[in-house]
Amino acid sequence: MNNSRRNFLKVAGISAFAFSSGLAALAPEKVGAAAIGKYEKGSKALDAKRWAMVIDTRRFASPADYKPLIEACHSAHNVPFIPAADGSGREHVQGIKWLWLDKYEQTFTDDMNAQLPAKVRNGSYPLLCNHCTNPPCVRVCPTQATYKMQDGIVAMDYHRCIGCRFCMAGCPYGARSFNFMDPRKHLADPVPNPAYPTRMIGVVEKCTFCAERLAVGKLPACVEASDGAVLFGDLEDPNSTVRKALAENYSIRRKPSLGTQPGVYYLI
Amino acid sequence: MVERLLTGSKTYYLWLLFLLAIIGGSCLVYWQQLQQGLTVTGMSRDVSWGLYISQFTYLVGVAASAVMLVLPAYFHHYKQFKRMIIFGEFMAVSAVVMCALFIVVDLGQPQRMANVMLYPTPNSVMFYDMMVLIGYLCLNIVIGWVTLEAERLDIEPPKWVKYLIYLSIIWAFSIHTVTAFLYAGIPGRHYWLTAIMAARFLSSAFCSGPAILLLLMFLLRRLTGFDPGRQAIKTLTIIITYAMCINVFFYLLEIFTAFYSGMPGHQHPITYLFAGHDGHLPWVTSWMWAAVIMAFAALALLIPPKFRENEKLLPFALIMLVAATWIDKGLGLLIGGFTPNMYETVTDYAPSFMEISVALGVYAIGALVLSLLWKIALDVKKETGHFGD
Repeated sequence: MNNSRRNFLKVAGISAFAFSSGLAALAPEKVGAAAIGKYEKGSKALDAKRWAMVIDTRRFASPADYKPLIEACHSAHNVPFIPAADGSGREHVQGIKWLWLDKYEQTFTDDMNAQLPAKVRNGSYPLLCNHCTNPPCVRVCPTQATYKMQDGIVAMDYHRCIGCRFCMAGCPYGARSFNFMDPRKHLADPVPNPAYPTRMIGVVEKCTFCAERLAVGKLPACVEASDGAVLFGDLEDPNSTVRKALAENYSIRRKPSLGTQPGVYYLI
Repeated sequence: MVERLLTGSKTYYLWLLFLLAIIGGSCLVYWQQLQQGLTVTGMSRDVSWGLYISQFTYLVGVAASAVMLVLPAYFHHYKQFKRMIIFGEFMAVSAVVMCALFIVVDLGQPQRMANVMLYPTPNSVMFYDMMVLIGYLCLNIVIGWVTLEAERLDIEPPKWVKYLIYLSIIWAFSIHTVTAFLYAGIPGRHYWLTAIMAARFLSSAFCSGPAILLLLMFLLRRLTGFDPGRQAIKTLTIIITYAMCINVFFYLLEIFTAFYSGMPGHQHPITYLFAGHDGHLPWVTSWMWAAVIMAFAALALLIPPKFRENEKLLPFALIMLVAATWIDKGLGLLIGGFTPNMYETVTDYAPSFMEISVALGVYAIGALVLSLLWKIALDVKKETGHFGD
């Protein structure tokens, strides 16, 4: 008996067993016993009504200061660096970005004040998914592959995404990346973080506020790597670190006039 | 009636073979796209939709435009359109088929497309777009087939078809309105965030769709001798002229609002399309100016009755009109929507060779569907003596 046939029979047998036992679970007397589809938060999980991030940009003197944050994020989530085809060493226009830097006027496009202090104007600012309260990407997604969780995080189901890229057209922050090519070809072997899934070709991805780390009681990778310059907490809790920081400092958000209510605040 | 596809002239078979050859070649290119991903296109992180979605948008308009024949014929009992109407309905069928294919070739994971049905999402415009397009396809297939069958048997079409036809008239408006809502409801894309997007889409559709139909009718008349009728051509040309006037007027309204208000976000895409950005002239600029020239030249040939009724000049006017509206909606709409990008910088987009090849393949499939449906319709017309005056 050849190998693939044996494997097939093995899988078929297991499937048949699973199917029949599944049917048994549906029998009336078993309904009470089987708790199908019930999920509980882990005992260590961090919880919030509305997660938010406060980035104290005053504590970052140069783009190099942000580098550990970006590296922490991209290696925690196996985000590949895809170089441009021209050999310039820059990132490919079809590349993947979860957390990256840009200039002030590219980050805060609707602030047209040309007379800002040079330090503010010429500084670099980190960009990421804003986890909006009113996210256009969730509104437009035709399959609910991107959705808002109870704690305010805008999450992605890479297995349901059909790759229509409506969310990319919808996102006013350019926070989303599409896997134009197989991302695994641009990752080291083994991947930087085997505990986090790599993505396949043809789906959209973005920052998830490290939902997978919060679930096991860890703060987001960039927050952990920031040495206290990036705060993360519950916006609904008046005693949280983020609320205190926002109460004591002047903060701005990206494109506030669009009504999306971003969850990422910048202290300038 | 299907058996009529099997008998035809040598030219008919050669034409089908030619289309099949193009389709075959394009399938090979699409196979490559499936293997390598959408990286084979010119799209990028900043310009995440391109030629495929813009062709989809343009063709929804072509599909909706059948209503410009159906509405006068059934709401106003304008009998002169009756002979030509089946060609409009079958053109709508072929256009919707192309729309669906353009969506499929644009998907990153096409094998998952049933997810749109499996997880129906009423807050997504794309969900409604899929629904209304499938509905419109079914309506036109049923209406077209039943009325043609009745014509062949020389009987009145069954009464229930009339109600479907009334429904299809309203439905036609809905398909292009919903398609406009894909764009017009997105915050932060200045070029698209305009309340008259649906109105612009409809006006552009109602001039370009009938213009394409009329051009194909002229070709058909030359090839087969089928005559849509002088009065029908005259009336349809007037409809095209009015729709094009409204279309150009609507575009000028956009320009007024953007530039008189002085709001940079609203100006930037238009400036980029027509004059480039920071001294950098994108390739699309020359196309946009060509569209402007052709739009006004077409109107100059269409508005004066003396020129409009000259059947030697008419094809030129219509070709310019189709080209102008195609550049506006099939190129400018998407490029202007994505440039400048979300960071107010410029990432240029140009469709790649492979992208254009796949798009040509989809057009060839549309042409094949159209040829087969029209072949049946023509044979029935010939048999029943409805071939000319």
